[in-house]
Parts: sequence; structure tokens; C-alpha cells
Amino acid sequence: MAVNRSNESEGFLTTTVDALFNWSLKNSLWPMPLGISCCAIEMMAFAGPRFDVSRFGAEVFRFSPRQSDLLIVAGTVTYKMAKVVRKIYDQMPDPKWVISMGVCASSGGMYRSYSVVQGIDQFVPVDVYVAGCPPRPDSLLKALMVIQKKIQAGGKVVPELEQDKILVE
Amino acid sequence: MDQRKNVSQILKALEDRDTNLVLEDPIENYMVLNIGPQHPATHGVLRLLVKLDGETVVDCVPELGFLHRGYEKIAEACSYYEFITHTDRLDYISPLANNVAYALAVEKIAGVEAPPRAQYIRVISAELARISSHLMAIGAMAMDVGAMTVFLWSFREREKLYDVFDLFTGVRFTTSYTRIGGVAQDIDDKAMQAIKKYIDEFPKNLDEIRRMLNRNRIFLGRTVGVGAIAAQDAIDIGLSGPNIRACGVEYDLRTFSPYLVYDRLSFDVITEKEGDCFARYMVRMREMEESVKIVRQAIDKIPSGPVKADLPKKVLPEKELVYTKMEEMIHDFVIVNDGVSPAVGDTYVATEGSKGELGFYIMSDGGGNPWRLKIRAPSFYNLQALPIMLKGQMISDVVAIIGSIDPIMGEADK
Amino acid sequence: MGKKEIEKRLRSSFGEAIVSVDEINGQTSIEVKCERIVEVCKLLKEEFKFNYLSDLCGADMLNFEDLSARKAYLAIEHGNPPKSVSHEDRFLVIYQLTSLENKERLRLKVKVDGDNPVCPSVTSVFKAANWSEREAFDMYGIEFEGHPDLRRIYMPEEYEHHPLRKDFPLMGVPGSLPLPRK
Repeated sequence: MAVNRSNESEGFLTTTVDALFNWSLKNSLWPMPLGISCCAIEMMAFAGPRFDVSRFGAEVFRFSPRQSDLLIVAGTVTYKMAKVVRKIYDQMPDPKWVISMGVCASSGGMYRSYSVVQGIDQFVPVDVYVAGCPPRPDSLLKALMVIQKKIQAGGKVVPELEQDKILVE
Repeated sequence: MDQRKNVSQILKALEDRDTNLVLEDPIENYMVLNIGPQHPATHGVLRLLVKLDGETVVDCVPELGFLHRGYEKIAEACSYYEFITHTDRLDYISPLANNVAYALAVEKIAGVEAPPRAQYIRVISAELARISSHLMAIGAMAMDVGAMTVFLWSFREREKLYDVFDLFTGVRFTTSYTRIGGVAQDIDDKAMQAIKKYIDEFPKNLDEIRRMLNRNRIFLGRTVGVGAIAAQDAIDIGLSGPNIRACGVEYDLRTFSPYLVYDRLSFDVITEKEGDCFARYMVRMREMEESVKIVRQAIDKIPSGPVKADLPKKVLPEKELVYTKMEEMIHDFVIVNDGVSPAVGDTYVATEGSKGELGFYIMSDGGGNPWRLKIRAPSFYNLQALPIMLKGQMISDVVAIIGSIDPIMGEADK
Repeated sequence: MGKKEIEKRLRSSFGEAIVSVDEINGQTSIEVKCERIVEVCKLLKEEFKFNYLSDLCGADMLNFEDLSARKAYLAIEHGNPPKSVSHEDRFLVIYQLTSLENKERLRLKVKVDGDNPVCPSVTSVFKAANWSEREAFDMYGIEFEGHPDLRRIYMPEEYEHHPLRKDFPLMGVPGSLPLPRK
């Protein structure tokens, strides 16, 4: 994950350099939007002029997985699409984070049927789940801020984040 | 059978394994390119397999099903009221239009009629949804062709429209606003003023987009003469909506079989003659102006009165009465548990959705859940025309053509 | 072009193949025998100008019963009570035809056998039926003879079941669709 040297002895220089790297990482996350269905529209609004995401440094929506570090899975993932999502996740270089946007990606949502995967965490490790159908762009901004806090902590467990880790409303 | 084997071979060979693709003619000069389900320009998850001769497209096989959520099976397990929230997510750019279409279909088979005020409110919602959908279509098509600015301008307009929806439905986006027998709640004065203000300011903002694109040499060069389809082909393949009106066929369900109160409002049916990408763009731009006219007339003519029909055995009563009066509570209990229970039979009702003919075919067995509910999704049939439009075009036109058809995979895949 | 004229013309040309003509809620539906559907469609397209196929769908009538008889306490009017469905008539294929010139709609229904569901394809008359017949094949297993490219459209090609049949569970058969490993 993020630059993490908690096993080595933490001298003054390494912690400052760590903090500097983490600060620059968190302020320049490049998202890879995997817009599959209705949540994609709210994700486009999140990148639009009103809920501006470029103030967080994340407006570079590169549609190529090789050039991004944050995967936003927005929409219902079916069994046919699951292979594609996993392939894109595998193609992203480390360090990478995953936001599961909307209830459909987090747990299957309102579609309890034969062709919808009931949660993408069955095949992709997820960092932040965002609830809502679709979640307001403000919720997605809060999810982005939680990921930034996680990066700044650099792998150490932060008590205030434990509550935020599971569900962002 | 041979063609089926050939296509299956192509599909299998593009799986994620090292395979040798063996086609019938080993010295073939064609290349098969996979424009995969994840692509910024495919408007959702559409997979295209294009056979290329250099840069010219020879053939194309679209593959659907990446967003198949099983709506029709879910419908057989839900009651009629529970399915209203599912209809929002069909054409997810204009959810209000889908709600209106579904409510009309169930009302036809159940024998319920909404009061006049509810019908005018439904017309206003459907037309505002059409404006929102066409703005998105034009913004996305312009972005695909290269004009990023237009995308941001159309999103600014859509955000203002979301504020208007928020005022009268309570939700920005997936509204679930209509009910069987009427609408969920009334439009109060504040919301009506907001709609009027939006409608008054909209033509000026639309003008900005028009001035940017209509006579732009680059835009014209990329869309004029690209992806043309003849009128007879369009009728044969089942196109509908702005796509078929751009070929010269005047097929608009608001005048073909008028529903709601469209026969009392005056508007024009926009057609163009060429049937190429630019014609489809022009039809959408001018249809937005017609929608503005319709909303203005509807706001002037709207009567006052109740917004839900007065049939206690089929229409949900008001929530305040349910909590205080005995009779309404019994009716609420029966309707929520047993459902609307229409008579045995079937019906097909089609309305003019934002993308074309959105139809619901409902077969009822007399119980609370539908026996069969088929959704006639316009994008499914519009995508069937894609191989015809793509033959002979260049590979870089694929993106412009898909953008001009404006498919939404949520309804094409159901 | 009234519906009576259409009925008269069809009965005079096809006789026994037209099983019944019903009218519910102002919409006419004609039941046709499976073998003659292509000719009926051709006649309707050429003579009566029904040139636009709005929709084509399948339906599964397994264990269909009139539930409104049980709802007597709601005092709902009974519709036409359906006849009991034998296994030979398990599937239905329903065609919605539209005439753009005369502004009319018509519905055709075809009963298909349950054990060996085969029905002639109307793609030679209406090209719009291409993907809809693939969808009916995918969801119900009804095979259409003469279809140029009959393969699955929504489910993956290796899938073995037909999801919309009434004996298929809503959550599907566990393990029938593979997931990538974590």
C-alpha cells in the first residue's frame, strides 16, 4: 500500500521523507473511473463544475488503468463484468486503492437476482464503501477524504479512522 | 450455423488466454479489434468487435449483457408498487420518464385513471426528463468528438435541473415519483416558481451551446455524412425516437397514440432528412426547444385538484389518514400486501421515452405480482442498427456514431 | 382498416391456423398456430401495412391459474378465465405489430411446445426480430428455425440454464457462473 516502513527503525529523516511522500501521494490521486451504470452519472457530476474534485488534485480522470492509482467501481457488477473488473484491478500498478461506490457494488444493492454479484469484495479488496443509491457526490468526496487520511497515516492504525473505515454515508 | 461458429470463434479467441485465432482464410487481411466493455466512449458497458480493413470498418458485432440485472425475473417477484423504484434505473439519465411510462401501463391494465392535475404534472416531469436526457446526450457526444467545453456546460445546466427535481420530488436523481393512480406528492408554489424560472432561462443557455457547435467546422467535419441510415432500413430494424426522426420518418408516440394530455398541447414533431450524426444532433437540439414550449403550456393550463385517484381499493391512501383512520389503514394493509390485483389479461402500452419507444407489456394473472412483465427498451433496438451504420466508416467514426445513437446500457441490458 | 376486416381476411386465407381473436382493454390479440406465423406476418405487412415490429417476447405459462377467483373479498371483476395449460402449450411467443401509416397496433400470440420448443423465425419478414429472438432463446430456450445467428445475448455463452423459466430460482443456481479469485 502506501509508503510504509513501520518495521524499520524510524529515524528523523525517514519519517519526514515518508510524510512528504505521503502528502504528495494523497494530494494527487488519479482516479480510474469504472462507470458501469447509474452511479457513473453521479461520478461525472462529482467531476463536474459544482462538486469540483480538482480542488483535491484528482481531476485527472485517466481512463487507462496503467496510469491511475484509485479505482472507483461505480455501478452494478454482474458475473459477466466481474472478470473485467478484476483484470483492470490487476493492471493497475501499486500502490492502489479501491472505492466501492453505491450499494450495488458494495453488496448487490436492490438486485437480488441470478446475475448480480452480491458485493465486489468477493474478488477485489476494497478500502472504502460508499452507501447510497446513488450516493450524492458529497458522499464520494468524503470517501476520497477518508482515503487521503488513510494514506497520510501510512499504514499505521488510526483509531479515528476505524469508524470511518466501514461505511461512509 | 457457419456464421454462428465464426462469431463464436472470434469471441472465444479474444478471451484472456494465449490462443491462436484460426479463421477460414489464413491470408486474410482483416484485423479484429476489441473495443472492450471498459472504454471511455462506449456510453456504458458495450463491447464491440470490429473487423477492420486498414482503417475502414468491414463488419461489427456488438456484445451486450454486461449489465444484465434480471429485471424481468425480479418483476415477477415484486408487487406492482415495489417495481416503481426499479423502473428508475432503466434509462438512468431520465428516471422520471420511465416512472411515467410504467405507471401508465399498470393503470391501463388495472382500470385506474389519474386525475387531471396529476396528468399535467406527469407531462411536466416527462418533458423535463427529456431535456435532461438530451443535454447529456449532446454533452457526451461533443466530448467524444473533442469539444470538452460543451460537456461541462451541459453538466452545469443539468445540475440546475437537479435542483428543480429536488424541490418537487425530494430526490436529485432516482426519483420514483409517480404512483399507480397519480403522483407521490403535489407541486407546491415554490417548486412551480423554480420550474418557471428554469424554463425562462434555459433557451439562453441552450443558445450558448448552439453557437459553439452548429457551424463549427471541426464538429461538422466529424458528423456530417457519418453513420447515415436510410429511412426504410430504419423502419425495418426497429429504430425509434430521435434516431428515426432524423431519417425523415415522422414517428412520435405523443402524436401517434396520444396519452396523458398531449392532445391538448400544441407542439411540432421535429424531423430531418439525412439520417446522419449531424441530423440526429439537430433533432435533439430542436426537440429541447419543443419541450420548453410544452412545459410552458402545461404550467399555464394546469388545473387544481387532487393528485391521486379516489379508488380506495387500488390506490394507496394518504399517509396522514393511514395513521389516524381505520378504513384507510385497512386499505393500505390490503394494497401493500396483496397488490393492485388487476383483472386477468394483458396489455402493451408505449410512451415516448427520451430515447424512443419505451413500452411495457404486462400479463396479469389476477394476483398482486405481474405474471410477465416485458420492457421494450428503445436502446436495445437502436443498438441493433449499429452494424448497418458502421459499415464502410472509419475506425475513428465509431465513437461519434455511438454517441449520436445515444444508447444507455441500463435499459438495453435490462 | 378495421379489426373486423383483418380478422375476416385472415380467417379466409388461413382458416384453421387462426385459433382465436380477443379484445381486452381496446387492444386486439390474435392467436395463430405455430407453423403459419411467417405467412401471417407477411400478409399483415404487405396488405395491411403493419410494417414495424415494436416488440417480440416470450412467456412461460407453467402453472398459470386465475388468482382473481381467490380475491372475492376485494370484489374485483373477473376477466376472461384462462383455459388450463397443458405441457404442450407451455411457452408463448408474443409479437406486437404497429402500422405507421394507419396508426394501429396488433398483437399476435403463438403457442410453443414445452418439451421441444421450436418456432419459425420471422427475421425474413421483420429484421427487427433478430436480437429479440436471441433474447427469447437466451431466457426461455425457444429455438427459432431459420434465424441467421442464434446464440445467447445476455448471459455468457457457456451458461447452461434458461433464467426466465418459472422453475428457475430467482437467485440462480450457485456455481453456474464463475467468479475470478481474490
